[in-house]
Amino acid sequence: MFKPYSALALAQHALSPERPWPRAWRAPEPKSSYDAIIIGGGGHGLATAYYLAKNHGMRNVAVLERAYIGSGNVGRNTTLIRSNYVIDGNTQFFEHSLKLWEGLSHELNFNCMVSHRGQIVLATSPVQLDTYARRGNIMRLNGIDAELLDRGQVMALLPYLDYSKDARWPIWGGILQGRAGSVRHDAVAWGYARAADTLGVDIIENCEVEGFIMDEGKAVGVETSRGRILGGKIGIAVAGHSSHVAKMAGLSLPIESHILQAFVTEPVKPMVHHVVSWGAELFYLSQSDKGGMVFGGHIDGFNTYTQRGQFPRIQTVAECAVSLLPFMSKLRLLRHWGGIMDMTPDGSPFICRTDIRNLYFNGGWCYQGFKATPASGWTFAHTIAHDEEHELNRCYALDRFEKGRELDDYGIGNWTYKQ
Amino acid sequence: MRIPCPHCGERDVSEFRYGGDATKTRPKHGEGDLKAWHDYYFLFDNPKGPHTEYWQHVLGCRHWFKLSRNTATNEIGEAS
Repeated sequence: MFKPYSALALAQHALSPERPWPRAWRAPEPKSSYDAIIIGGGGHGLATAYYLAKNHGMRNVAVLERAYIGSGNVGRNTTLIRSNYVIDGNTQFFEHSLKLWEGLSHELNFNCMVSHRGQIVLATSPVQLDTYARRGNIMRLNGIDAELLDRGQVMALLPYLDYSKDARWPIWGGILQGRAGSVRHDAVAWGYARAADTLGVDIIENCEVEGFIMDEGKAVGVETSRGRILGGKIGIAVAGHSSHVAKMAGLSLPIESHILQAFVTEPVKPMVHHVVSWGAELFYLSQSDKGGMVFGGHIDGFNTYTQRGQFPRIQTVAECAVSLLPFMSKLRLLRHWGGIMDMTPDGSPFICRTDIRNLYFNGGWCYQGFKATPASGWTFAHTIAHDEEHELNRCYALDRFEKGRELDDYGIGNWTYKQ
Repeated sequence: MRIPCPHCGERDVSEFRYGGDATKTRPKHGEGDLKAWHDYYFLFDNPKGPHTEYWQHVLGCRHWFKLSRNTATNEIGEAS
């Protein structure tokens, strides 16, 4: 059990720098068996373990991480949170997530730097603005904040866009969700890890799962690089590599792994005070606390596990940036990187039981894994503890395509990202 | 990444469109139950390693062809 972080502890450590801060979580040897094993020590796996212990009293839990905590997609995303969805199921789930984000720093006793700076989605045609009015109405009917902005209101909030007569993308207005924003992603991983560890969860790093142990059609444990570990229940939360891990259990998934790139410019003084996005190219941009413009767009468009992006996508995203925000042409790109996404037919995730008893699956996060982290862990923990989906994740079943229950938030049919 | 089009030769990836796993067998029309069509359409092997896939040279000869590529390294193999 660790002492909580506080202003007093901060002062004590400042006054006696010779005493280093203690480890934020233990480094236990794996036990031979646990009540539950979570495969994947990313944000979703750690959150699941935390809520298993916190909400369901399951404390004999292990999180198995192939590398180290924070090394995967939880540290490779662009840190945005929002709940501006349209389809029933997604709307309620992501709003639950946003509500959990709102109190997360206090809940975890860890400063996650949650910033509700607001997100403005730009409309560059009157038709787009009409669809945003519909989206805003759906959000407000669900008790979610949404405000439709006309061109003048967008000009007042985002004076740096291209409003000229010849603008490639004329600004007709936008939709603002004030509670959307950004969170420090590493802090989310560290905060959940430390909070779960404090409740008794074993976080086992450098422990790669190499196979499943089955007994009469039930999953009863895993073979790992650190030996055999038995588990009463086993959850997979390894988005990006879901197919790879599920295949070891004999499962085929409606998922292809794709690369999504992200970009950061050199730091400049504060000027972008919101998250700005534009649906047509899935372009989005925010300014980090260090001053860099953090932005991205579509996936590269073919399946890969390489984490290395292709140049044509860099060019397209840069063209979007410069045509919407002319100042971007003056900035130099500092870094760019890629993360591997589980892409699903309808663009929505899975949090569910599987055909194999005691084996549970969380994945298929497409572009939206980070913002979902708290609700994903919250509902996955419920699903594992009760062997039944919660109302909030009932729609995220693996068999929804067989049953004609796609959750296609873009409204353009199956395999959205291939169109 | 550069892709060897069987007709035009090696060209930049930006000229091509990815067409998915080329090892799946489509059920014959009028045959197969819903489950067979579901599995064909929605389930993917999605391997981390060697993969045979369709590509189309959309900004060139518009040929569809099969390419072997390693999804763990993007190493390009034979095109046919």
